[in-house]
Amino acid sequence: MNAFFQASIDGVLMGGVYALAALGISLIFGVMKITNFAHGALITVGMYVTFELYVLLGITPYVALPLVMVTMFVIGYLVQKVFLNPLMGVAGHNQLLLTQGLAIVIENAILVMFSANYQSVSVPGFETAIRLGSITINKPKLVAFLFVAIIAAGIYVLLEKTDLGRAIRATSVQPEGATLMGIVVPRINQIAFGLGIVCAGVAGALLTPTQYIYPTSGNTYSLKCFVIAVFGGLGNIWGAILAGLIIGVVESFSALWLGGSWSELIVYMIFILTLIIKPTGLLGKKG
Amino acid sequence: MSTARIQEANGHAAEETNFLGSFLKKVTISTSNGKLTLPQIIIIGVISVFILLTPQMLSNYRLNLVISILTTAYFAQCWNLMSGYTGQFSFGHAAFYGIGAYTSSILFVDFGINPWIGLICGMMVSGIVAALIGYLSFHYNLKGDYFALATMAFCEIFRVIFKNTKALHAASGVSIPFSKKFALMQFGSKAGFLYVAFIMLTMITFGLYKIRRTKMGLYFVAVRENEDAARALGINAFKYKMIALIASAMLSAVGGTFYAQYYLYIDPTICFGNTVSISAITPCIIGGVGTVFGPIIGAAIIKPISEITNSALSNFVGMNMVVYGLILVIVIMVMPKGVIGLVQELRVKMGKKKKTEG
Repeated sequence: MNAFFQASIDGVLMGGVYALAALGISLIFGVMKITNFAHGALITVGMYVTFELYVLLGITPYVALPLVMVTMFVIGYLVQKVFLNPLMGVAGHNQLLLTQGLAIVIENAILVMFSANYQSVSVPGFETAIRLGSITINKPKLVAFLFVAIIAAGIYVLLEKTDLGRAIRATSVQPEGATLMGIVVPRINQIAFGLGIVCAGVAGALLTPTQYIYPTSGNTYSLKCFVIAVFGGLGNIWGAILAGLIIGVVESFSALWLGGSWSELIVYMIFILTLIIKPTGLLGKKG
Repeated sequence: MSTARIQEANGHAAEETNFLGSFLKKVTISTSNGKLTLPQIIIIGVISVFILLTPQMLSNYRLNLVISILTTAYFAQCWNLMSGYTGQFSFGHAAFYGIGAYTSSILFVDFGINPWIGLICGMMVSGIVAALIGYLSFHYNLKGDYFALATMAFCEIFRVIFKNTKALHAASGVSIPFSKKFALMQFGSKAGFLYVAFIMLTMITFGLYKIRRTKMGLYFVAVRENEDAARALGINAFKYKMIALIASAMLSAVGGTFYAQYYLYIDPTICFGNTVSISAITPCIIGGVGTVFGPIIGAAIIKPISEITNSALSNFVGMNMVVYGLILVIVIMVMPKGVIGLVQELRVKMGKKKKTEG
């Protein structure tokens, strides 16, 4: 029974981080219909920005979070402006390939700059776990989950309650219509991509206290995040969060019963079943 | 379809017939285009002779590069057959490549079955897997990004299975014993491998060239250009997508077996890694997707560049891949139709100039 609770808690906490990264994918797809293959590489960038701030300024990932967010937003904004805006409206596979190309560039640029060595960040006071009877809760994962909740709520408020959010939603529904309403669509695209990348970067930053940092460390999450975003319904933010938590728990239980290395297989199976049965995802409209 | 839409459709019936007519014309033109002219045949002949003479002229190290250009071009042609001709972008072609490599290697190492038979078995297994993937994807109408993600996921599934199954040698991979026997599909020297790779590439390229002039080639292109219009003309899109995928997968498996026999070592990442799938796509993008010679041109550009940057910048590990990625990005942004598309555009422009001058 303890193993059951332990696996549930681990799964939910991990699922939260997945959910945030997947939310970024969903947001980007929702607004621009771009499948961002560079998402995993940008998670890695988030990790390295956090790591550099830790080394240079000696600040912990939690203190560094606002700086990470700003950096990632600027990166995302520029990527959209320089690379993707010129490709808006051309055949979809070009955008796919472009983001794939960017992923190769980013990943290997990190390798050139930081070498393949494993790096880690230690956060004083967060090395120990919280004990509840025989169940242990990993402190950094718990904190990460809380941050994810705050940031997801922030994005919800931004999208639903502000003029900028309305403009983003309008663009996602109908770019031409939005243009007629005086919305500068390319700029909205840049902001939306920036926000999506903030999600990737923050997920990366929140993973640093519990995971080694190396040039391909974000890749592990790349396809998984797509699985979650599609499972939840591409473009659907609540879907991404719900699916993230579900996949987190599923993964945790399949690791418990089948062993860690097979859990990926279950996740990909779910993905293929989703594509076949309901490609619009859990919370998506009927296809 | 709602009644309103049906009425609308009826109202525009004449327009639609027109559209289908022009669609048909466009597809037909695109297939009859690109018949080889005499100068082109001469150029191809000269390059072929040059390649066949390289073992006499180059060091073993350089030969390695020529072989890798040929095999990359071959694998890219396999991808081109399916993704270039029918427009279904696969991001997991490594799956078929890896299955080919693993089937022949495991049959040989663990069961003592001759690699030539293993090659055929690999093709069969790969074809069956492709039929399954294709049925699931095309029957449920996965397209564009969804299809790309699905193929990627299938490929990852194979990587995870091969990495974690002891009977399949798990993460440690398979080592194939060295021999020099043709009977064991090892061609003695680098030159031997080069000739075989050359023959493989020539055959697939000739096949692709011929197919474009058949009815099936016409159907492939019709499905790529506009699947709905193709269906409206009575083309069984599902059937032709399946044919292209299965043929492509079986040929990719041959590439995998060749790799295993040449390098004598395979592991799950070498076979099923994402970079393998990308290595099939990049040459097509650079040379021109869906063209007969694009993948070869692409491979002849990207492989030497990759090799040169690798040795020139050997102090910066990863720099060659940065260059590789940048080339991909720049090609997509500046010349999305690849080298062949660019040449055609220039020719049209030159032709116009000549006309105005004349």
